[in-house]
Amino acid sequence: MSELQNSLLELIRRTSAEIPDDVNQSILASLEQERKGTIAESALKIIDQNIQLAKRKSQPICQDTGSILFYVDCPVGFDQIAFEETAKEAVKLATKKGFLRQNSVDSLTGVNDGTNVGPGAPVFHLHQHRSPELSVRLVLKGGGCENVGAQYSLPNEKLQANRDLDGCRKVILDAVLQAQGKGCGPGILGVCIGGDRATSYEMSKTQFLRLIPDRNPNPKLDKLEQDILKTANELGIGPMGFGGKTTLLGVKICAANRLPASYFVSISYMCWAFRRQGVTLDEDGKIQKWLY
Amino acid sequence: MITLAAPFTEEKVRALKVGNEVLISGVVFTGRDAVHKYLHEGGKLPPGVNFRDAILYHCGPVVMKQDDGSWKATAAGPTTSIREEPYQAHIIKEFGLRGVIGKGGMGDKTLAACKENGCVYLHAVGGAAQVLAECIKNVRNVYLMDKFGAPEAIWEFEVADFPAVVTMDAHGNSLHKEVFAKSQAELAKRL
Repeated sequence: MSELQNSLLELIRRTSAEIPDDVNQSILASLEQERKGTIAESALKIIDQNIQLAKRKSQPICQDTGSILFYVDCPVGFDQIAFEETAKEAVKLATKKGFLRQNSVDSLTGVNDGTNVGPGAPVFHLHQHRSPELSVRLVLKGGGCENVGAQYSLPNEKLQANRDLDGCRKVILDAVLQAQGKGCGPGILGVCIGGDRATSYEMSKTQFLRLIPDRNPNPKLDKLEQDILKTANELGIGPMGFGGKTTLLGVKICAANRLPASYFVSISYMCWAFRRQGVTLDEDGKIQKWLY
Repeated sequence: MITLAAPFTEEKVRALKVGNEVLISGVVFTGRDAVHKYLHEGGKLPPGVNFRDAILYHCGPVVMKQDDGSWKATAAGPTTSIREEPYQAHIIKEFGLRGVIGKGGMGDKTLAACKENGCVYLHAVGGAAQVLAECIKNVRNVYLMDKFGAPEAIWEFEVADFPAVVTMDAHGNSLHKEVFAKSQAELAKRL
């Protein structure tokens, strides 16, 4: 096995089995806040136990090991084709070892060939940058939370949402209301305001690469993020939708230019089992450091 | 904490109320999207599977074959149940289920079927694949694996002290409806 394949296999294993520290801290803080003796508190305790157990056993935190999303920043001249080929082999191997569930189904025939490799799977986002560094970030996003994602086209008459930040606030909070506990809350929202339909969703997911406690450098978006987080946690949806104080752990919003005719707000929901890791790799493909 | 142990009788199930935390022990069968569609379209349960007085678990587990040929469930949390809403009421009635384990809750049709037939919806903690896999003491069998693939197959699990919360009971109550209505009202105040 090549050094790169070995490193990617380890990245997949660790992403699947170990929750990043920022997410873990956030979950522990919400456990402190929840009222004692409630089913919300019980749910968070089970979540906490699960996080510890998965790490100790080196097993998937959640059996739905999700869509496999690679975000790669690479130097100019990097062989992206070879990288994709190696990553696909690492995915196949990780599936054989049980770090990933056999989780990829042919949409026309219904056949699951058990490899997790096929059209559109895994997903690669490769970007060149003017730095010699190669970094690979991986997000595993389960289907339960993916299904509660939503895209709104503004204006939305039913929600009285106009083409402004207040309109964005209304539709984002509507998405939280509609999701209830179905996306395995407490969740984290990744949002993109603007873009076309596809880039808007895609950019909403890049928000999951941010750390939970970070703050948005854009003051308008920062204010919206803080407002939605606070408001959502006043709704009483709670962990798993059982009722309680913690509905969201974080809200991350970006904006993209749009056409004059379009105004999309795309909301991706990430479950508490927020599997995100990253590494920088040296020239031989060996792991230099972990990014989360 | 209430113990819900096999046999899963109508009496035991009707005694449960929304908000009760239970520990389930006995045999549960998994079944998710493909199984629900198949049964709803008139498909027959394979020989050896009987849903009468049984609990169905909405779950697509990771199950690994061991060196001795046996199976081990290594990750086995619940999947989102609402996708089975078009089919669940029919399956509860037709096959005699007493319990459905899943996550996220289900709708009015299933709630009515629970009341009419004596069945409950048991909400497990979504994502808690390891804690819940630890409760699976034995994988007794697997059915329809060739047809549907491993996550969609019917797995027969022997579970002990499997934790869940009754969020839809056999008396027409649903925690999901309650929380939705309350959160909708709270949101309206903040818009």
